[in-house]
This record gives sequence, structure tokens and C-alpha cells, in this order.
Amino acid sequence: MAYKQYILVCGGTACESNQGIALFAALKKAVEENGLVNDVQVVRTGCLGFCEKGPIVKILPQDTFYVEVKPEDAEVIVKEHLVKGRVVSRLLYDKNQSKRNVGIEGIDFYQKQFRIVLRNCGVIDPDKIDEYIARDGYKALEKALFEMKPRDVIDEISKSGLRGRGGAGFPTGKKWEFAAVQPAGQKYMVCNADEGDPGAYMDRSTLEGDPHSILEAMTIAGYAIGADTGFIYIRAEYPLAIQRLETAIKQAREYGLLGKNILGSDFSFDIEIRLGAGAFVCGEETALLASIEGNRGMPSPRPPFPAVKGLWGRPTVINNVETLANIPVILLKGNLWFSKIGTASSKGTKVFALTGKINNSGLIEVPMGTTLREIIFDIGGGIRDGKAFKAAQTGGPSGGMIPPQFLDTPIDYENLSKIGSIMGSGGLIVMDEDDCIPDVTKFYLDFTVDESCGKCAPCRIGGRKLLNYLARICNGEGALEDIDQMLAISEAMSRASLCGLGQTASNPVQSSLRYFMDEYKEHIVDKKCRAGKCKNLLSYNINTEKCVGCTACARVCPVNAIAGERKQPHVIDAAKCIKCGQCFEVCKFNAVNRS
Amino acid sequence: MAKLTLDDLRKLREEKQKLLEKRDPSNKDAQIIVGMGTCGIAAGAKDTFNAIIDELDARGITHVLVRQTGCMGSCHSEPTVEVVTPDMPSVIYGKVDSGTGKRIVDEHIVNKHMIDNHICDKPSMDIVSEPGK
Repeated sequence: MAYKQYILVCGGTACESNQGIALFAALKKAVEENGLVNDVQVVRTGCLGFCEKGPIVKILPQDTFYVEVKPEDAEVIVKEHLVKGRVVSRLLYDKNQSKRNVGIEGIDFYQKQFRIVLRNCGVIDPDKIDEYIARDGYKALEKALFEMKPRDVIDEISKSGLRGRGGAGFPTGKKWEFAAVQPAGQKYMVCNADEGDPGAYMDRSTLEGDPHSILEAMTIAGYAIGADTGFIYIRAEYPLAIQRLETAIKQAREYGLLGKNILGSDFSFDIEIRLGAGAFVCGEETALLASIEGNRGMPSPRPPFPAVKGLWGRPTVINNVETLANIPVILLKGNLWFSKIGTASSKGTKVFALTGKINNSGLIEVPMGTTLREIIFDIGGGIRDGKAFKAAQTGGPSGGMIPPQFLDTPIDYENLSKIGSIMGSGGLIVMDEDDCIPDVTKFYLDFTVDESCGKCAPCRIGGRKLLNYLARICNGEGALEDIDQMLAISEAMSRASLCGLGQTASNPVQSSLRYFMDEYKEHIVDKKCRAGKCKNLLSYNINTEKCVGCTACARVCPVNAIAGERKQPHVIDAAKCIKCGQCFEVCKFNAVNRS
Repeated sequence: MAKLTLDDLRKLREEKQKLLEKRDPSNKDAQIIVGMGTCGIAAGAKDTFNAIIDELDARGITHVLVRQTGCMGSCHSEPTVEVVTPDMPSVIYGKVDSGTGKRIVDEHIVNKHMIDNHICDKPSMDIVSEPGK
């Protein structure tokens, strides 16, 4: 039995939570009802990346790309497209696309992307090991086990220039080497899937869309460093990723790709999943190891580094999901191929989760060295509602804000740190003119203060102090001296904190003070918030010349602070006003002023 | 499923690769497009479509994309099939039943010559192309 046509349905979390599960069922049902079960295969894939327009449905081999598909549309797709061969133009991305050009080639979102890590996401069914194998899956493992010595594998990775994608960018080959040169004995390979930044979902999507690539890479790493046991540390909030990983591990064991004497060689390796309860600090490697050991997730001083003394005191390599996803490709295509992609110091690609005030939010992969402008305006389709770009935050709460003057800086590890941010794991949050910088900074500090484990004083006390200053400034109670204090505390935190969380927690403060000092001063001196976000700094009044007395504002006001006769100008009682802004939104005559 | 040896894995990969290749639109350089408007389907285009795919499978040809399209405007000679290959002019064949479909694979795709008595002219471009394109 051979299928003639294929319906690919995105099974990423974003699409599944948007009726994607019902859509998948509806498509299967429609295929059945139209008697096409033997001709058409319905495949649920990993994330196709274009989450903004999900759920996505792709018809192959014609390569038709449908967006925002609802379960009700299943019948039409099957009856019109599959039975009669007529493209359903109302479901295309560009409804006016020529009928001959219905695939992704007409969509800017995909044009500048280059997919290594996400190579199989949206292409294969993540629950089928056979489809992974067909896409050269486990071929790199074959090569490592039968054609290479552990030493050669490490050399290959070192030469490729691959650096850790979890945040700090440590060379992966070097990390493996540290563990490999430790005396033989029990060693461990750990995959860090504790992705916790607000707005980041790269690792989650990779695991959901291509779980076998991580299993294969961990096995290769185990072979390289001499480990026979691997742990995947993943947060319990990622149920779909966990479920697909469990299926993948089971299949790999059945095929003998995990377990004793893999593929008949004398190498044995197995993987277990460890669920984290969702603490941001457990993404820090020493805290992660403590958590796997069953202790409270708190960091400990390094050295000794985990590669020397890690899990239960044994040499342990910890790699991030995205780092690992690169490994099989590097072994198959060679370090030369890989090192040609990217910039001088940062090789390969980077996956970003694009969110915030952007038209096309979604999951993207671009070569290192791509500029922020290309990412935000070409791939991301620009800022929502034609508003002005204000800043982009990379690296989540540990990163910094990048102002418009650096839009054309090629993104790599060094350039980002030069302008006061970090690569981080790949969250990219875009802010527009309606976002208030001190307010956003306060949001990030709120997060890190919440997530601080409290072990060391700079992070525990410093973070809280920063948050207090920010709250004062946003309330209009700040003083100019506060800024000096904030700078001094930030400096102390980055130098004296025990782990990465504390060392980077002040980055949003430092970078926003560096680039948006005028906004801070406005809040402190002029008691103004230009974005209109800080309520205590706002006042509302009604322009009596423009007001026609329609009573719309008076009716919407939740505290009855607006008085006035019909067809007479209204007045806001400033003492009663809670500055909710509803009158401002509802007025059709621009008669309500906000200042 | 028993544990795989190296050879088993390679065999399995080769076998599954063929299945996935059919799904992949990127490695195709030729297209056979079957007109499946109501007129085409009524005249048996479904059988033609299936016959062409089966014949390609049987010969292990993977570089040809078979797709459906709507009515090509030659309702008098349905089912119609357009063949686009890089080294030959693109042709529309008319009255293609499943037997002729197999011949298209055999003669046009494999042996690179056209099937004379089934060639039918394209309707003039002002009918085919959309206004303004």
C-alpha cells in the first residue's frame, strides 16, 4: 500500500492548544469518510515555526501551505483539494497568491531561515522512529560507533566550533574533552531541557518535533566521553515534550539503539528522564545536578566543574537541547561544512522564539551573524499595528535590551555581549513605543527575585533592592540618586553572585539605564510615562471644546468619577479617578487627554 | 521488533527513505499535473492519477511530482494531463485513461518522446492566466 498524498498537521504546542488536536481528528475523519484512507496519509509533525498563523496544514507533495485552519475546514480541504485538486485559496497565507505558488516560497517568514536544529521539525512524525531513521537518523551514531574513536568524535566537534546554546556559549568540544580525560569509571551525560525564560520555547519545540535527534546526540556524547548513562532534565510543565520523549526512548530501546551493546557494538548507553518542578535556577548546571540527585535545586561554587566532579561526584557533561541537536549533523556533514556557517567566533545557526509586539511570532532558525533587523522586519514581518520599534530583549530575564541603533549588528555571542546583552537560550522579545522601559525592567526583576534561590546575598538582597527602586520610579516616587544606587548594586550582583542567575539578573537594569536613561529621568524628574503604562504618573482630563457630551465615558467609568449632563462637556474628578484609562479608550472624539 | 544490527538499520533506512522521498517536494524536477475538475473526475481522472503514481512507484522513479489541478479548460478532451520536464517542452495530453497514463510515464518521462495522438493544444493564455498576472 502506497500513499499518494500527505496531509501534514502541525503538532507543536501552540497549534495543538489552538484546536490542533480536533483539527487532526477532523482531517483523519474526513479522509476516512471520503474513502481516501489508502491514498492519503495524515501525519502529525512537530512545530512548523509559523505559530502566529497556526494551526498550519501542509499538503504534500504538492507543497501547499494552509494557515489558521479550523477543524471545520477539514472537510473542505479533503473534498476540494484532495478529491478535486482545487487549492482552497481562502486558507492560503496570501489569499491572492497565484494558484501555482502556494507553498512556503511565497512567505517571507521562511526565506531567510536556515534549518539545522529544526531540520526535522514539521517534516516528520515525531512519534515514528522510522521517519527519523529515513531522514538519516542514527546514521551519525553508526558512524561514531563503527568508524570513529571517541577521541575523533571530540576532535570533530571541537573543530566545528560549536558552542553551547544554553546561554554562556562555552565550546562544546572542550567541555566533552574535560570529561573524557578524567579517569575511566562511572560518568554521566545530561541534557538540560529546563527551559524557563518567559517567552522562550525553542527547546520545547525541538523535543516535541524531533525527540530522536536528542537521544542520538546524547548517545554519541556518551560514547565520546565514556558515559553509559544519560539523564534528560525537563520541566514537568512540558507534558507533550515528555510524552514524545518517552515514546522515543521506548522505540529506541526496542530497536537496540539504546541499551546494551548498541547495534551489536560493545558500547552500551541508556537514558532516563528526570522531571523538574519548574524552578528557573535549575537551568543552572550545578543546581540542575543537585535537583537530579534529589536535593533542593541550589547552585554550588565552581570549580570543581561538573565535567570533573558532577552528578554524585562523577564526571558529568551537561549540554543544552539545541546544542545536542547540532551534533548528528556535524558528524555526518563534517566540521568544515558546519564551520562555514555563521561568523568568525560563532558557528552554525541559532534558534529564536520570536514574541512580543511583532507580526509573525514564531519559532525561527537563522545563521549566526543575521542582524536583528532581518529577524524582526524580514522574518518577523515588522511591528504590530505599524507602531515604532523601541527595543528587543535577547536572553530573557538574564539578557539586556537592545535599542534601535543596534538593529544592524550581526548577532553572535561577542557582539551581543559588547552591547550589554547575551545570546541566552534564544528568547527574543520585541517591544514597541507602547512599552515603558522601567516597567518592563521591573517585570524582569520581579521574575528573577521570585526565582532567586536565596543562597547568596548579592542575588537575594540585591535583586530585591533593585526591584524596590524600580517600583518607586514607576510610582513617581523615584529620586535621581536612586540611579547611582541601582548601578552600584547591579555591578555588585554581577561580580559577586554565586551562579549565572544572580550574575545576569541585573542585565536588564544595566542595559536599560545605558540606552534609555531619558525615560528613567522622565519618570523621576518630570513624573511622566511616555508609554502611558505607569498609572501613578498619568492624569486624565476632558477637553471641554472637543467633548460633545455623548456620556460614553461616564457610562464606562467603573468608579463614577465622570460627571456631566447629556450634550454638555463632562468633567473627571481627579480625586476619584483610578486611572484605568477606559474613558480614554472609549471616547470617539479624542476629547479625553492623557498626560 | 528485535534489536537491530548495523545492517538491519541500514536496510530499514533505505526502505523508509523511499517512502519519505515521495512526500518531499524539494527533490523533484519534473511534474505531471492531472486536471481534476468535475469534468476531469467524471471522465476518469482519478483512475489516471492513481495509474500514473502506481507506474512511477513500480519503476522506482522519485523525481517526478504528481499533482492535481482544477479544470484546464479543455473539457472536451478530459481527462487532461500536463507534463512539465526540464529538457522537453511542456505538453498537455488529452483523453488520458489509465493506460495512456502509464504510457506517459513509459514514453514521455523515461524514453523522452511525446505520445503523438494525445497531444492537445493549450487554450490561449488569456484564458489560462489570471487577469492582472
